[in-house]
Amino acid sequence: MNSLLALAAGESPAIYLGWGDFVIQLGNFVVIIVMLVLFALALVLPFPAAKRRK
Amino acid sequence: MSAPTGSTGQHAEPEEEFYTWTGKTRRWVLKKLPPDKLLPQDQPSYVASWIYVFGMGAIASLVIIIVSGLILSLNGPLWWHVSGFGHFINSTHLWSVEFFFLFMVVHLWGKYWMAAWRGGRVLTWITGVVSFAVSIVAAFTGYLLQTNFDSQWIAFEGKDALNAVGIGAWFNVANLGQIFMWHIVLLPLAVAAIVAFHVILVRVHGVVPPLDAADTDAQLQPAPQPVPQAQTLQQPTEEPTEVAR
Amino acid sequence: MSKPLSPMSWRKGTGIAGRPWKGQVREYDLFKELTIGVIVVTVLVVGVSLILSSPDDPSITLKTWANAKPADFVATATAELGGTSETAGYGPPYNSTPDATQTLGPIDLQSFSGVRIPIDTAKDLVIHPLSTLPNPPKEIATWTTASDKQRTDWTAAYSKALDKAPDNDPAKVADGSYGPVPALTGSLLAMAQEGSLDGVLQSRGSFYNTDYTPTILFLGDGTYFPDLATSQHLTGDQWGMMNETGNYPGQSWLWLFSFFYQIEPVKSAANADILVVVIMGVLTLLLAIVPFIPGLRTIPRWIPLHRLVWKDYYKKR
Repeated sequence: MNSLLALAAGESPAIYLGWGDFVIQLGNFVVIIVMLVLFALALVLPFPAAKRRK
Repeated sequence: MSAPTGSTGQHAEPEEEFYTWTGKTRRWVLKKLPPDKLLPQDQPSYVASWIYVFGMGAIASLVIIIVSGLILSLNGPLWWHVSGFGHFINSTHLWSVEFFFLFMVVHLWGKYWMAAWRGGRVLTWITGVVSFAVSIVAAFTGYLLQTNFDSQWIAFEGKDALNAVGIGAWFNVANLGQIFMWHIVLLPLAVAAIVAFHVILVRVHGVVPPLDAADTDAQLQPAPQPVPQAQTLQQPTEEPTEVAR
Repeated sequence: MSKPLSPMSWRKGTGIAGRPWKGQVREYDLFKELTIGVIVVTVLVVGVSLILSSPDDPSITLKTWANAKPADFVATATAELGGTSETAGYGPPYNSTPDATQTLGPIDLQSFSGVRIPIDTAKDLVIHPLSTLPNPPKEIATWTTASDKQRTDWTAAYSKALDKAPDNDPAKVADGSYGPVPALTGSLLAMAQEGSLDGVLQSRGSFYNTDYTPTILFLGDGTYFPDLATSQHLTGDQWGMMNETGNYPGQSWLWLFSFFYQIEPVKSAANADILVVVIMGVLTLLLAIVPFIPGLRTIPRWIPLHRLVWKDYYKKR
């Protein structure tokens, strides 16, 4: 966990993920994955029913 | 803009005449956006999905961007290099921007897949896209104000695209004073104005109904046990728009 | 139920989408949602800020550069003197170098603004700073009185010699006819190493100045500054437009802008910048007018994710 935080805080060398010409920096990759996950969860998770006023 | 004639009698409102610009504006505003539409207490039954919270998430992030930005403004652009608290406020400014874009993009995806421009809501869609574009420019100027290695490099690299389209002289990324003004005055005003307009349009038109909604749907039939209060609230919102159509 | 209007149309029409909702409603509290939203996002932002902080790689100066890579500094100063640097050949808004602008066919937007931030690299970046020294090098006079042809010959010869010298070290340059160039660039190096060049170039004779254009351009003409950026994956051909220093997320929303710089034919085009800006302008416009474009606006019907959004509604039909 600590090493993960150190990584994020830029204390160790930055990580780049690459497939051919496509290279993405770890931080950006995480942000994009989070977006996709949130979108998927928003579609799938049930929304709580609203309180009915008497 | 035109006065609803003919059916106005239904309302039996006091016969106030609107003969001034101010009065006519009030009539127009109240017709387009009556108070119960601006600040509603209920929404159609189909507004029940987590996808609906992302627009508000972006607005909440914008609030935090503005508050953290105001604190940074109080102390000037170099403060955060020398103060621990300043660095923390800078961090909140950065992360609220990251969340702002994150929520805004999910909101945009959601609205696309709902085809939320249907039923006369096209301007809402367009203002949303414009606010996204203007926010990108605003964020870019923020990166130029970091006054560190990253901003030096962005200024050097970013100038080419701007010069290529001939605006590099008025939007000179290496001119800190100029970019400072863009970032703390012009662009925040632009973002705030376009977002406010976007939100007002959402209130005017209401949330778009489901794609396959049909008049025969159970939820379009009058509610089984109508709440008297809700009924009266709903009535005035329907009438004027129907007249306008 | 509706006119022959496409169900995906933006028009108000007479369908359910264009009418006020008359069906069932649920309680909804706008201000409560806003309050909860602000609280939740504040907690998220403060939490992430405390844990991850934010990056702040210190800025570099001409002094840093001159001390770290003196040979590169001298070679760059020679190019500024001879008018062969990137900045000297840039065109508007810095100078009027012919045929330097990026054009799109006959359209030349770069020339549109004219030379509004004039920079004469020899005068502004080398000769003027040297003339502010307490004892300006006497070679300045030699330079200013020489013909253009003579100046070009001197700087070209010196540039070539620097290139050939071991480690490009100015001290190891072979003899040749370089005129005042070695003395001028040597003095400028000394000035930069002490740190006074930063101040002189920045203030340009006035007390207040918030414009860093000359210094940024000078830094960019060398290799030290761009090499540092390359090592941090910040340059345009490394998707650098999106990147922040370290592992911090940067402007990931610029992914598409950045993408076009990675692919042919844009990648190696001389007018890559104008191409990318125009492409992005068109795409942004297309996004804004999606509701008007048949096909694009119908995709949400073909791929019915809306069934998930409104699953409660469709269930209770």
